Amino acid sequence: MTDQTPTGAPGPRGPHASEDPRRETEIERLHRLEAAARPDQRRGDTRRHVDAATVAALDIPTRPDPAAPPTSVAQSGATGSRTSSGPGRARRRARRGWGTRLLGVAGLLGFLLTWELLSRTGVVNPTYLPPASAAIADLFRNFGLAAFWEAVGDTMLQWFLGMVIAVTAATVLGFIIGSSTFLRRFTNSTIEFLRPVPSVALIPLAVLLYGVSIQSALLLIVYASFWQVLIQVLYGVADVDNVAMNTARSYGLGPLARLRYVIFPTTLPYLMTGVRLAAAVALILAITAQLIIGTPGLGAEIAKAQSGGSYVAMYALILATGMLGVLINIVMRVIERRVLSWHSSVRTEVVK
Amino acid sequence: MKTLKSLLYIVGLPVILLVLWYLATAFGEKNFFVPTPALLAETFVETWTWDRMTTDVFPSLVRLFWGILGSIVIGMVGGLLIGSVRWLRALLEPTMEFFRAIPPTVLIPVLMLLIGIGDDMKVAVIIAGAVWPILLNTIEGVRAMDEVLSDTTHTYGIKGFNRVRYLILPSAMPQIMAGIRQSLSIALILMVISEMFAASSGLGFTIVQFQRSFAIPEMWSGIVLLGIIGVLLSFVFQLVERVVLRWYHGLREIENAA
Repeated sequence: MTDQTPTGAPGPRGPHASEDPRRETEIERLHRLEAAARPDQRRGDTRRHVDAATVAALDIPTRPDPAAPPTSVAQSGATGSRTSSGPGRARRRARRGWGTRLLGVAGLLGFLLTWELLSRTGVVNPTYLPPASAAIADLFRNFGLAAFWEAVGDTMLQWFLGMVIAVTAATVLGFIIGSSTFLRRFTNSTIEFLRPVPSVALIPLAVLLYGVSIQSALLLIVYASFWQVLIQVLYGVADVDNVAMNTARSYGLGPLARLRYVIFPTTLPYLMTGVRLAAAVALILAITAQLIIGTPGLGAEIAKAQSGGSYVAMYALILATGMLGVLINIVMRVIERRVLSWHSSVRTEVVK
Repeated sequence: MKTLKSLLYIVGLPVILLVLWYLATAFGEKNFFVPTPALLAETFVETWTWDRMTTDVFPSLVRLFWGILGSIVIGMVGGLLIGSVRWLRALLEPTMEFFRAIPPTVLIPVLMLLIGIGDDMKVAVIIAGAVWPILLNTIEGVRAMDEVLSDTTHTYGIKGFNRVRYLILPSAMPQIMAGIRQSLSIALILMVISEMFAASSGLGFTIVQFQRSFAIPEMWSGIVLLGIIGVLLSFVFQLVERVVLRWYHGLREIENAA
């Protein structure tokens, strides 16, 4: 306390706080205002304005965020929704939601209409681009065929097996490598070299080793998705907050408990992002393997339809692969939101 | 001493793996499918002569370059436009999501029918697959603009080109670069696949040719060459990214250090 402090007045905020009582209430009010505004600010773009205090205090990530945008939770720091909150926000969201949906449907219809017209008017040779209505009709006929569902089943089986192998291997390896500085530095050059190798370069090898059996598709799928997941897990393990880690240490948490309560929750959003990316890549590679190598599935059917000249069937099958892709995306997002429902959007950017 | 240590870190694991590979192929039972490292290196030098480089590799790389350039231009221009106009975004978003979900390789048969089998088709295939990550990331980046900055530029009356140049582009750039990074690997995949599917020259074609004639070491050398191209591509990208996003990485370092 300095001599300037008037006697009797408590000075909880340091030497200058109680110089002027009016000023003090002013500051008090400012603080309250700031505190009131803060929860809303969090929903905005935190990516560039993460202040160390909130991250270190770790009070945010434990709070569920029901208003989280439907995009990836780990990335939603970048989606920047509006800052006001409460029922008004919900109403606005709902209203905008309906308008957006209608416009989206209009966009899809417009696309199909353009396609139809391009073909019907003969701008593009209708033999090579049959009208949209024909392709969609063929798609619906496919829904009644056992052969179609068998192809879908084959594709999904390869996708699923590939994902399980890749995600398991990448997660285990990622945690092992990520938690040791030595291993991380030791493996870095190899990972950085192997990761950009395009998986399709392995197609000839797969054909030689496994022919048209399901293993050749699995080889490509696992190779491609493995890196997606591994890199994300490595980022995630590296992102563990130092203060949280030290806190856990001083509270006497052992290595296993730290892995469970500090490293794992930090890494989970990254892991889920990796799994979501890997899911899309795995589908691409499954279809590609079927298309080029001829492993059973939708891709092989497309190749057959194309070389057999039944172009309507080809377009119908392509629409089917697109729908499969959308479906996988949606399911992965739902899973991600379920798994990360406890996590609010404070993590800094994930995709690098 | 310090540089020696970091050098050891870089070459340590690759050397161990190479030695393992050598031991496994040279002393184990003869494996028809896997050549020894020495044989592979020898074949690599023999196979990828200057002649073959000019007939097969460079045309592929030129197609790859045009494909990537095309996707970046289309993706960024389209993304800036769609990202800044709300109703346009709402109109196109589901359609774009659908197109992105289509595995890009199935577009090869379609574009083959529509455009024919030529360089155009291959560039079109690359663009058709690689444009989506850039486009969607640009849209997302434009949407995620900092509101305070956006309001500030409004207040200062910064409009039109200046707004794009000084506000929208920089704030979307980290996301755009993330999109380009994804696109690069897709573009490379599509280059190879389009040549495997229908071509009479090019890297993908040559490798499949080797495989069909059971020229195993040659095939491996092709795989290695593809790998090298992939690594070089990502290396060049990292250099570009470091320059373009220098300010952003600096900012994040400060945030992380705090």
